[in-house]
Amino acid sequence: MPIALKNIPLSALFGLSVIILIGSIGLFANVLAPYGETEVVGAQYEPWGPDFWLGTDNLGRDLLSRMIYGARNTVGLALLTTAFAFSIGSFLGILSALKGGWPDLILGRLVDILMSVPPLILALMLLALTGTSLTSMVAVIAVIYLAPVFRLSRAAAQSVVVMDYVEAARLRGEGTGRLIWCEILPNITPTLIAEFGLRFCFVFLFIAALSFLGLGIQPPTADWGGMVRDNAVLISFGDLTPLIPAGAIALLTVSINLVVDWMLHRASGLKETT
Amino acid sequence: MKNLTLLVAQRLVLGGATLFIVSILIFAGIELLPGDLAQEILGNAATAETVAAFRAELGLDKPPLTRYLDWLGGVLTGDFGNSLANNRPIADILDSRLGNSFFLAGYAAVIAVPLALVLGVLSALFRNSIFDRTTNIFALTAISLPEFFVAYVLILFLAVQTPLFPPITRISGDEPLGEALYRSFLPALTLTLVVVAHMMRMTRATLINLLALPYIEMARLKGLPPLRVIVVHALPNALGAIINVVALNLAYLIVGVVVVEAVFVYPGLGQMLVDAVSKRDIPVVQAISLIFAGTYIALNLLADVLSILSNPRLRHAR
Repeated sequence: MPIALKNIPLSALFGLSVIILIGSIGLFANVLAPYGETEVVGAQYEPWGPDFWLGTDNLGRDLLSRMIYGARNTVGLALLTTAFAFSIGSFLGILSALKGGWPDLILGRLVDILMSVPPLILALMLLALTGTSLTSMVAVIAVIYLAPVFRLSRAAAQSVVVMDYVEAARLRGEGTGRLIWCEILPNITPTLIAEFGLRFCFVFLFIAALSFLGLGIQPPTADWGGMVRDNAVLISFGDLTPLIPAGAIALLTVSINLVVDWMLHRASGLKETT
Repeated sequence: MKNLTLLVAQRLVLGGATLFIVSILIFAGIELLPGDLAQEILGNAATAETVAAFRAELGLDKPPLTRYLDWLGGVLTGDFGNSLANNRPIADILDSRLGNSFFLAGYAAVIAVPLALVLGVLSALFRNSIFDRTTNIFALTAISLPEFFVAYVLILFLAVQTPLFPPITRISGDEPLGEALYRSFLPALTLTLVVVAHMMRMTRATLINLLALPYIEMARLKGLPPLRVIVVHALPNALGAIINVVALNLAYLIVGVVVVEAVFVYPGLGQMLVDAVSKRDIPVVQAISLIFAGTYIALNLLADVLSILSNPRLRHAR
């Protein structure tokens, strides 16, 4: 289903190109970056200049290179975490819509409890227990975002499960896996994709916030949230440097939101009454 | 009317039950941890005797149920145990910080809620005008910005380039109200900007949905001025949804303080929580998580009850 480029509104087009740009920067980080990710190349806090386009950070590492590697690390991890939350969450969601009964009841209550605690607090609590490492961060955030994905996919699947063709497929003797994969999933994919964009935003912001608090991605790995924290002192001298990684985070989330907004609008075909 | 009290009481019991389960969750976290907390904290170099002594000090040698009941009993009487990091009673440290955090959240709420309602009503009134479009774009942007980005931009413009407000909030709790308000203006403004957008958009969306209904059409055909149609006819019906969103955002504010406090070095609960997490000071983490979760649940409950009260249709459960 090719979408004519000219039919895409300007805002979504902008968002789309930013996403593609940041994505390719992340993919080709080692080709694009002038210096290594953790290489100390100069004095600390060197100003912007021809050698270091964006100056150096608190340890004398090239900021531009770290921004480029940061694109790979922060976005990559957010993508990985969202993918985990989504595959497990939507699988469980569809399964419990399909099966009903007590598994559905138990999963539903578990998710209710998970969602009754604010996500950031839940994450901090779990991180205090597991310690701050990369794996535990990804696991903790994936578990937290499982809950809303579960709810959405369960609700979406429920309206499909009752349809006649699913009944027919069941009578045909299709197994659970095939029912989920071939019958239900194709019908709820559009909802899930829009939700994926939205959730990715949350996860991305979440990881950035945790790293900013010093509890997420640990140094010396370059990531945008942590870079804001490392260079925060500069802001009191009127230096814009800490705003660059923060701005990059903002730019990416705004872009994703613009695209998701457009997709939702297209999907629902809504027109506001005037 | 009896029906109503019953309904509200039901919600209260439900909220209490949720809080109870969450307290178990918070407590049971340690149990789920692979390995031993005392060993984890002391490190591998610790001798078996030290670990045993430390376990006894933490009460880890008692069965989980006893410990949970001890802990819960302590919490209910205001005793959260001692901090692992400096061995001081947690309740003492919490005391001033709790007040500071609630002050900040309340401050932001007092600015944000009226502002959001007015903006929402105005943009519903002048929908699809330039005013509406600009506020909409601003709102959409504000929702997607991370708190610390907003905070640093505000610091840059309002504290560094034009030094109007202090970039770091120093508050001891003894200063007069005016001074405290002045010093914590930037963190409060940051929080305001973060929550206002969502409330405003919801207000607008709810109002606009209502505007398509026949009774609004009727009011308009009667020749009522648009402002009156919105404020007197549409707003009461939208109130339930709006109150809900407001309470949810207040709940969000309580959590949002964590990051904002870190930026402004504001001496509140959030700062304390982040410190405790990086030091793995479990009792402090448990105490603060419980407070945050409790407030969050209470505000959600409030949203529920208020929307029942404001919308008679919800009083009759199907």
